[in-house]
Amino acid sequence: MSVLSKLKETLVCLKAGRVTLPYPAQAQPVPEKFRGRPIFDAAKCIGCAGCANNCPAREILVFDVCQEVRILKYLGRRCAYCGRCADVCPEKAITMSHEFENATNSIGDILQKLDLFMSTCQRCGRCFKEPSPLEQLKLKGYRMDDLGNERWVYRSKAFLNEEQTVDDVKIELG
Amino acid sequence: MLRNLCQKMFGRSLWVYHANSGGCNGCDIEVLNVLTPYYDAERFGIKLVGSPRHADVMLCQGPAMRSTAKALKRAFDAMPAPKLVFAIGSCACGGGIWFDSYSVLGPVEKVLPVNFYIPGCPPRPEAIIYGVAVALGLVDKKTAPVQFKQLELPMPRYHPSDLHGQGEMVVYTKAEKV
Repeated sequence: MSVLSKLKETLVCLKAGRVTLPYPAQAQPVPEKFRGRPIFDAAKCIGCAGCANNCPAREILVFDVCQEVRILKYLGRRCAYCGRCADVCPEKAITMSHEFENATNSIGDILQKLDLFMSTCQRCGRCFKEPSPLEQLKLKGYRMDDLGNERWVYRSKAFLNEEQTVDDVKIELG
Repeated sequence: MLRNLCQKMFGRSLWVYHANSGGCNGCDIEVLNVLTPYYDAERFGIKLVGSPRHADVMLCQGPAMRSTAKALKRAFDAMPAPKLVFAIGSCACGGGIWFDSYSVLGPVEKVLPVNFYIPGCPPRPEAIIYGVAVALGLVDKKTAPVQFKQLELPMPRYHPSDLHGQGEMVVYTKAEKV
């Protein structure tokens, strides 16, 4: 009886074949609609901050360093890859890529930071979509001056507080 | 340096201990999926053990919560000395969606020193295998911080020392360089 059952088990095992996927040797394709790490395209982004308003994990931070430059930071630590930012983006600047191999030893590696150049509305004083490269040429006083530090010389004198830009990856850990 | 140390200390089979400190079980299912015949992690010597005293690696899932932080710390202290901590999933890496809830302290980092992060909600089983391979030094990590700066303005960089001439005729020598 036991021999028969062993034979039966052998048959079942032979029939099953080999199911182990050759993942580390070969790249494993992901499904078509898989949502991996979001990729931010600085050329398309208009800085509307719709992604930051809709992110359920509050992982996209937007702040204005001065009147002309808006900084968009994607920290990505607790990002759930829900794709809401890509849904809400009016310019399709955010694409959910198929990258899932994001393992790192320092959490700052997932950070994405965009410097966005914004124009100022002459009436209301708010920022809007960045001008075309030809219009950027006409704007005087906005140029890179310090080669060593790659530091911008901003036109406006009113700078915001620097503390909100400093090392916000680690802020919550303190 | 960390990689060399890992290869030296963890040259043989890794025994992992699987600690869930308040996650939603999504990452647990993916970790168990790694151990199934489909992603057979035991061929790399990775074995799931039930006690932290036998383990080399702690797989943390879920955020550090107010009720489980002490237990997590005790389990970490019970592990023998060369030990690694993996934060698996968004909750362990950054606190998860409910990071600002009253019962959630935040990422596992607040309680334990985390060595490797595997983000994802939940991470794919391949991503977990990849993270272990990164820890063992078999592959290089693929991610790096991305930063877009507005560098492509075609304007000459002004420096006063490049101004030559006197009176009405002043030439800026580097004006043609972009």
